Amino acid sequence: MSKTNPTDRKYSKEHEWVRDNGDDTVTLGITDYAQEMLTDIVFVELPAIGKKVKQMEPVAVVESVKSVSDVFAPVSGEVIEVNLILENRPELINQDAFGEGWIAKMKMNKPEELKGLMDAAGYEAMIREEKH
Amino acid sequence: MPVQYTGVVEEHHATRTKAGLFDICHMGEIDVRGPQAFDLLQRVMSRNLEKQTIGQIKLSVLTNEQGGIIDDLTVYKLADDHYMVVTNAASKDKDLRWLQSRKQEGNFSDVEITDRTDQLGKLDLQGPRAQAILQTLTENDLTPLKYYHAMHMAVAGVQSLVSRSGYTGEDGFEIYADNERIGTLWDRLLNAGSDAGLKPIGLGARDTLRLEAGMMLYGHEMCETVSPCEVVYGWLIDLEKDFIGREALIQQKKQGVTRKLVGFEMVERGIARAGYKVFTDGREIGEVTSGTFVPTLNKAVGLAFVPAIYTDPETEIDIRIRDRDVKAKVVKLPFYKREDKHIFYNVFI
Repeated sequence: MSKTNPTDRKYSKEHEWVRDNGDDTVTLGITDYAQEMLTDIVFVELPAIGKKVKQMEPVAVVESVKSVSDVFAPVSGEVIEVNLILENRPELINQDAFGEGWIAKMKMNKPEELKGLMDAAGYEAMIREEKH
Repeated sequence: MPVQYTGVVEEHHATRTKAGLFDICHMGEIDVRGPQAFDLLQRVMSRNLEKQTIGQIKLSVLTNEQGGIIDDLTVYKLADDHYMVVTNAASKDKDLRWLQSRKQEGNFSDVEITDRTDQLGKLDLQGPRAQAILQTLTENDLTPLKYYHAMHMAVAGVQSLVSRSGYTGEDGFEIYADNERIGTLWDRLLNAGSDAGLKPIGLGARDTLRLEAGMMLYGHEMCETVSPCEVVYGWLIDLEKDFIGREALIQQKKQGVTRKLVGFEMVERGIARAGYKVFTDGREIGEVTSGTFVPTLNKAVGLAFVPAIYTDPETEIDIRIRDRDVKAKVVKLPFYKREDKHIFYNVFI
């Protein structure tokens, strides 16, 4: 059973979460539901610092034993920090997708994009529908 | 068979360190019976079955006239006039058709070929604790049962054919029983092994276990245009005897093959996957057939076809992963070999 989706952040339909840090930067990762679907994560390809991405462009890659999945940027902007610990401990995403398993921090260039994302309740409704 | 029960990595470790139970009912079983059963099989199998004893299993390939692999399979000799051929699930129907048409063609009219896939269930019990677990459910002593040998016995009261063999690189057993009793057998085995740490294993870990042990999978490393000489099955061919595909394989041996299957491991970070291309100095030279992260060795490994000049261990190759060339090196197979093992999984069987 997935963990509760925290209400302090927004969610994309591709199962990424993004948290507004209040200074035009965001932290992003994949949701607990996503890590559960992916199963054991064994590899994370992190973006280069300074990489610029548009909303919903791939920003990172997570791989399980069986699959390769893109992580899409929930907002447009520039990568300013990555969670390097994931290079040696990719399983942190399985263990703590919303916390220690964060993937990158970005500086937003279109903060208004956040408004278009789902809140926790909206995301949960979407998952319920996906399961049916 | 689901992809996983509790998690691919956990299931993989359970099989390597304790024991795993696999529901392999999807595999094909074909009975070949009659006084000419041996003659028919000897005609279609690359392997020489002449010295096979009753109860012994031989790994073999079925080859077409061009020497291409129709399937890789195991041949159980149950009696002088009774063999059971165990096939890959997806190849079973074509194997059956192949056997039947070769029977017609070769005048082996008294051979009876029966598809038993729907009547027979199959469970694999694999891992260092497999024998101890199975022993609690049978009165037959398992110790004398040698690698790649089979015997009939009652397991939890269910009449079964048990062989010491498998597809994981561990000690273990393949158990065949009536399909209607296989559910009972599954439950009894899981129950008997629960204290020993036995876990049900899905397709995901079945694949990581076989790849880590350097074993090939039909449809990935093999198909009808791949010859046993190009993969690690050269030892399955006996050119001294007559069989379909022999002439083509003699030619190949004479001329040498241009591509070969090799094992490789990633040197730089990245996971190679089936279908990724192999490069050297920016030039494409081959393709990955299987690749993933294997949990026991804790690294990314794979199998790939490359030109024969790139097959020496330590040869550097690049795997193109998402438009980037990532360094890898050729390594000897198997990637993983269990420590207590005096025989490698398929040599000298």
